[in-house]
Amino acid sequence: MKPIALMLVWLFAVGAAPVRLITDISQRRIDIVYTFKGTELLVFGAIQYPRGSVPDERPGLAIVVRGPADPITLRKKARVAGIWINTASVRFETAPGFYAVATSAPIKTLVDERNAAIWELGVDYLQLSPSTGGGRAVEEFTRGLVDLRRRSGLWSEQEGRIGITQNILYQARITIPAAVPVGAYSAEIYLIRDGKVIARSATPITIDKSGFERWVYVAAQTHGLAYGLAAVALALLAGWSAGLIVRRP
Amino acid sequence: MTLYLPIAELSVNWLVIVGLGALVGFLSGMFGVGGGFLTTPLLIFYGIPPAVAVASSATQITGASVSGALAYWRRGGVDLKMGGVLVAGGISGAGIGSIVFRWLQELGQIDVTINLVYVLLLGTVGGLMARESFRTLRRTAAGARPRRLHAHNPFIAALPWKTRFYKSGLYISPLAPLMLGAAVGMLTVIMGVGGGFILVPAMIYLLGMSANSVVGTSLFQIVFVTAATTLLHSVESQTVDIVLAGLLLVGGVLGAQFGVRAAQKLAPAKLRLGLAIIVLAVAIRLAIGLTLRPTELFSIFGAA
Repeated sequence: MKPIALMLVWLFAVGAAPVRLITDISQRRIDIVYTFKGTELLVFGAIQYPRGSVPDERPGLAIVVRGPADPITLRKKARVAGIWINTASVRFETAPGFYAVATSAPIKTLVDERNAAIWELGVDYLQLSPSTGGGRAVEEFTRGLVDLRRRSGLWSEQEGRIGITQNILYQARITIPAAVPVGAYSAEIYLIRDGKVIARSATPITIDKSGFERWVYVAAQTHGLAYGLAAVALALLAGWSAGLIVRRP
Repeated sequence: MTLYLPIAELSVNWLVIVGLGALVGFLSGMFGVGGGFLTTPLLIFYGIPPAVAVASSATQITGASVSGALAYWRRGGVDLKMGGVLVAGGISGAGIGSIVFRWLQELGQIDVTINLVYVLLLGTVGGLMARESFRTLRRTAAGARPRRLHAHNPFIAALPWKTRFYKSGLYISPLAPLMLGAAVGMLTVIMGVGGGFILVPAMIYLLGMSANSVVGTSLFQIVFVTAATTLLHSVESQTVDIVLAGLLLVGGVLGAQFGVRAAQKLAPAKLRLGLAIIVLAVAIRLAIGLTLRPTELFSIFGAA
């Protein structure tokens, strides 16, 4: 049975996926070192048409770079007895720590609602999975979260910012801010025709601390007590040696 | 000029942090306080996450206090017995404080609690200090001798198991300094302060300790309790940023030297008035922050 199944898959692949996306990224791994100020990823590649028949129309493309989705709690402040304190909260189970999309045209004209929702194309279509159900409150909190993340540069939309050459080559620059969370990222490229995704490819990217920063972070996470002792020793040594220098006439 | 902080997970301008440390160090050298009550709010204003600011500030205070504590030790200005009782209280208070800290964190009320406690404490202490130093200044101006403040608190006098603290010139129950130490230890964990600004007045006005061992004993307690706090935060919440603490220390030790020199040129009552004004200013700034409509109504709390 197995060879037949494989053959079917091959036939399906050749027959039903007439277009392929070939992609590369300027950096597969982003190291956060002590001078890290954010960086820029260049995502580029080519569209491989069957039998080399390049269409006359400009292809529709969306490039998404997304980071790890972690559960977060969003809290809202309200005035209680004259001071502002956190009152209501909504938990989002799958809010990506980073999400950037670049498109070849405005999202509304590029892709239909259904495909946008399936592939999460656009900040408004992110599936954040609020755990407290629907309703007006959740809508308000979702707007609040989107607004916060947009202004911190962690979620962004760059509509019409994919450069396309001869309807084959494409490239986009994605800005990675300094406050980016570490983890497993992916760069996803979607080829879109008549509002539907007809081909896609995904490439993994790793963003991690490196060198001294990584060493410190790992030490703090895994050897808390030793890390604490080292911190105290460092502080005592600094204070003590400063005292010595001062006492010397 | 930018430097990535591995635990706070953001890039800062290291000159700003060193400068902040120097400013606080200058004030602490001048007034003999740890300065944590300034470091923590200033770090939070700069954008450091409050939990990291509190924990790293405690580490910095250990370093900032140790040379002072050693200097007083050599001059015999530390009441070891009193200090031991305060440290014992302080470390148990720190343990309780870390439970409260975690509980408030889960409720999402840690920031507002930190701010409220700051406003209340700094407002009270600053107000009392300002009043006291005003009076002293007026009296000295009128030619009167400064009155020795002698405390007699009926509650403290009623506590059992009285014992002698020779250096402090006291015959009181060890429960009083134990409770004082515990209260300050809780503040150290929750607010990232050494607590000298409470400890010193409390030792003088509540316990009635003789002035020559107050500051040394207070520094002695602060070194041990902030060190214990660093360990607690390192084990419990991994919020001690060693790079941040190091930068603050570099600035702090430099600033402190200038502060000490500046202090030698000023009268003690004037110094206390100056400190009172700074303390009140921070309290007012925080109080305004609590009552004004915040620019961000929403805030994100990580995976908890």
